Amino acid sequence: MADTPRRKWVGKSIRRLEDPKLLAGEARYIDDVHESGMLHAAVLRSPYAHARIKRIDTSRAKALPGVVAVVTGKEAAVLAGPVPAFCAEPVVQHAIAIEKVRFAGEAVAAVAAVDRYVAEDAIDLIEVEWEPLAVVSDVESALRPGGPLVHENLGTNLVFGRTLTFGDVKGDFARADRVVRRRLRWPRVAAVPLETAGAVAKYERTSRRMTVWANTNMYHYSAMPFAGTLKVDPNKFSIVPVAVGGSFGSKHLLSKVITIAGILSKASGRPVKFMEDRIDNLAASDSHASDRSYGAELAVTADGRFLSLRIDVVDDYGAYFQFGQTSHGNYLSQVTGPYTIGSVEITLKAVLTNKCQQMVYRGAGSEVNNWVLEALVDTAARQLGMSPVDVRRKNLIRPEQFPYKIPTGNYYDSGNYAGVLDLALRMVDLDRWRQEQARLRAAGRYIGIGLATCQQRSVYSATEFWFWYEKPGFPVTATPEGVTVRIGQSGQFTVSLNSPFWGNSPETVVAQVLAEEFGIDPSTVSVLYEDSLRALPAAGPGGSRLTVMLAGAVTGASRKLKDKIFRIAAHLLEASPQDLVLADGKVSVAGVPQRGLTLADIAANAHFFKMSLPAELETGLDASHTYDHPFTTPPSADRSDLGAFYPIVAHAAHVPVVEIDIDTGLVKFLDYVAVHDCGTMMNPAALDGQIAGGIAQGIGTALYEEFVYDSEGQLRTASLLDYLLPTAAEVPSIRIGHQETPSPYTPYGLKGSGEGGRMVAPAAVANAVQDALAPLGVEVSELPITPDRIVRWVREAQARR
Amino acid sequence: MARRARGTNVREIEMKVNGIAYHETVEPRRLLVDFLRDQLGLTGTHIGCEHGVCGACTVLVDGQSVRACLMLAVQADGAEVTTVEGLARDGKLHPLQEAFWEHHALQCGFCTPGMLLTAYELLQTNRKPEPDAIRDAIAGNLCRCTGYQNIVTAIQAAAQAGGRA
Ligand code: FES
Ligand code: FES
Repeated sequence: MADTPRRKWVGKSIRRLEDPKLLAGEARYIDDVHESGMLHAAVLRSPYAHARIKRIDTSRAKALPGVVAVVTGKEAAVLAGPVPAFCAEPVVQHAIAIEKVRFAGEAVAAVAAVDRYVAEDAIDLIEVEWEPLAVVSDVESALRPGGPLVHENLGTNLVFGRTLTFGDVKGDFARADRVVRRRLRWPRVAAVPLETAGAVAKYERTSRRMTVWANTNMYHYSAMPFAGTLKVDPNKFSIVPVAVGGSFGSKHLLSKVITIAGILSKASGRPVKFMEDRIDNLAASDSHASDRSYGAELAVTADGRFLSLRIDVVDDYGAYFQFGQTSHGNYLSQVTGPYTIGSVEITLKAVLTNKCQQMVYRGAGSEVNNWVLEALVDTAARQLGMSPVDVRRKNLIRPEQFPYKIPTGNYYDSGNYAGVLDLALRMVDLDRWRQEQARLRAAGRYIGIGLATCQQRSVYSATEFWFWYEKPGFPVTATPEGVTVRIGQSGQFTVSLNSPFWGNSPETVVAQVLAEEFGIDPSTVSVLYEDSLRALPAAGPGGSRLTVMLAGAVTGASRKLKDKIFRIAAHLLEASPQDLVLADGKVSVAGVPQRGLTLADIAANAHFFKMSLPAELETGLDASHTYDHPFTTPPSADRSDLGAFYPIVAHAAHVPVVEIDIDTGLVKFLDYVAVHDCGTMMNPAALDGQIAGGIAQGIGTALYEEFVYDSEGQLRTASLLDYLLPTAAEVPSIRIGHQETPSPYTPYGLKGSGEGGRMVAPAAVANAVQDALAPLGVEVSELPITPDRIVRWVREAQARR
Repeated sequence: MARRARGTNVREIEMKVNGIAYHETVEPRRLLVDFLRDQLGLTGTHIGCEHGVCGACTVLVDGQSVRACLMLAVQADGAEVTTVEGLARDGKLHPLQEAFWEHHALQCGFCTPGMLLTAYELLQTNRKPEPDAIRDAIAGNLCRCTGYQNIVTAIQAAAQAGGRA
């Protein structure tokens, strides 16, 4: 393991550079963007989950004073093609439905008017004649032969199916003393950031140029496909980032929102703002998340060693397949968890139904697999008569086994998993809680102590998007992040980012890295966000990558800058560059600090005094660097080995302690300990914030949140009164501990950590509830664990006895 | 107070917002939050749900916190309104804002204006609130980023620093 050098700024909890403008109400979010002449959009949404549009009449809407444009799907299709998609299947999706609608809430027409009030008035004046069709309301009805089809051209609702096998699964199962089996159901939830998605599109008809402001993410990548959709030359189409009021994966593309704003701007010739309202966001976003049914099996020996894992998963994708199997590629990076499991087999069935489409939500499918695996592990412990702690200890990968290659081909870089577990158990004082549990159980109270020990893969590589396919359409392998660092005439630093602020801390990260590299005060760094036409290649936040990737990009740019700085200083000081040192914003001859120059001196020379520079150097002091994924290897053609694609792997152990009132079904937290090892920490306070926020979301998934559709495909939880986000009354305070095992592959040994809390919390909370209710004979096989469900499970278990 | 302007379905209203007097014309149906954001350009007040659940739109009307998405602008005719833009003075953050910064009580910042004003109201009536009282007070304000603990800590710290002003 690398030694830990003394660092001044990396690892320090400095206050965030992002915060003052956010605190003062000065940040510019998408709904704060105003262009002169700007119109406001509203969308007519389908009341049916599956229906043909027989006739649509917009004449009364068009006649309303203040309405500038009304477009139906047919009219929109002249102005724009299908929305961008990452899948290879021909699942065509238009931002505004053309002949039929495929989920309740799908856009049918859009209006641009002088304000949102008038636009919504106009929506009420559009008349549609519908022919309702039989609804594909769930996976069973989707797979029934001869049933209705969501996309007729596919000839089936099974949009993708494949089995991938890694290692000797058959042999390992044959060797096993026991096979632990669970059937598990993970609910459809979504990120539901507090800010909905929105876009302002401005199309200039004569120059055929389009500018889009949007709270999207990977705008450097997505600009080109959006230009294609909106039929604008790629070099005349630009996306401008704005501050984003939370995403958690849900705002990666915003295909419908951006396209609708673009269509209306083309139709009206004016800038148009389209903001989802909350109902739009809950019912018709890009990004409901995994909706999965599992059959899972763990092959074990009598003494508790895990041999092999077999997972059968059916995922209800809803009406479109925009992101393909991304959320199933994701967990293959860590499918066997922190355990030495020799082989694994996954069978995936991706099914289309008449529901809102899927994308990703913090964890991107890996949080689901963590829950499945940890449920199997606890079940194995119960069946073998071992404690959850002992069975894990027996199977955890040991520190000397790193880098560790898992059966799928991905690598884990480094770790000390037993160390994390020990610290978590110490912090929570497990023995005391076990005694307390026994004592209170005698008094008729139900305490549960949950344990989950989970991986958090970080720094994704683009191969996860396509390796499920035998013949991928677009096997992209670049996952870059670029920055430009400028040292201005007075020696002050400005950084241009090519990714948006999403609620994470990109400005603080680059400032800390520059402070570390140049010895400057991080609070003096100024940060800009470039639009997509000016941007360097960048994949943006996602897959817990941004801190690591920005550190790679900024250290790369710093190297180039230092090289120039040293050459200028050597020239001016008449010294050799090798004899110079840079410290505290000053370059001096080693051992002779008085023979030195400040960065301001050097910058002034670089900008103003060409004749003071070595002849071969250009005027100015700036450097760009595009850092790409540090460790990716290609998947094998037969996909028996997926290569390294997510090799920077953090780890965490969570131990929640809950009490359950079996009469009301209420779950109360008595304690919650979370220990994370995210490699070298950049900013511990910001890291703790990510962990705590992720845990709050994980508690939401475990206990409260669910999109419920009825048999007619109607969404029953389409407001925040019905889709329950955890409040300050439900989320406990979390006690967080850290261990730091640096990654050998990244700058400073950093690992990503943005998803960590939500990666682990659903598994840990479910195991805690399971632990509390086990004496009653209850099996927790389904989330969310609502009060209703607890009461029902207890009643059913009692009836069985 | 609201006068109906002649011949049109609009009203004239007067309002003091962050100490500045305004005399404006609005449609009766215009929400207070839209009036503040679109008509006065005070975009620090945010819209998270428009159905009264999230608290992002919280402002103070005559010292009382209200959800500006559930109130019409005409209902605030004659009122004194405080929005997040009214908390900092001459570029100097309010003690509550300082405490939020110090204790990392915000990530994306979208809930923050509503949280700050809810906390401001709490500290007017309860100078030294316990964590449970703080959690009660902010339970109507959703935050999807922080997990709340740091917000509770920040409000307590601001109270201890005498952050009522
Ligand atoms: S926007 Fe007013 S409560 Fe959500
Ligand atoms: S800081 Fe993002 S919602 Fe609270």
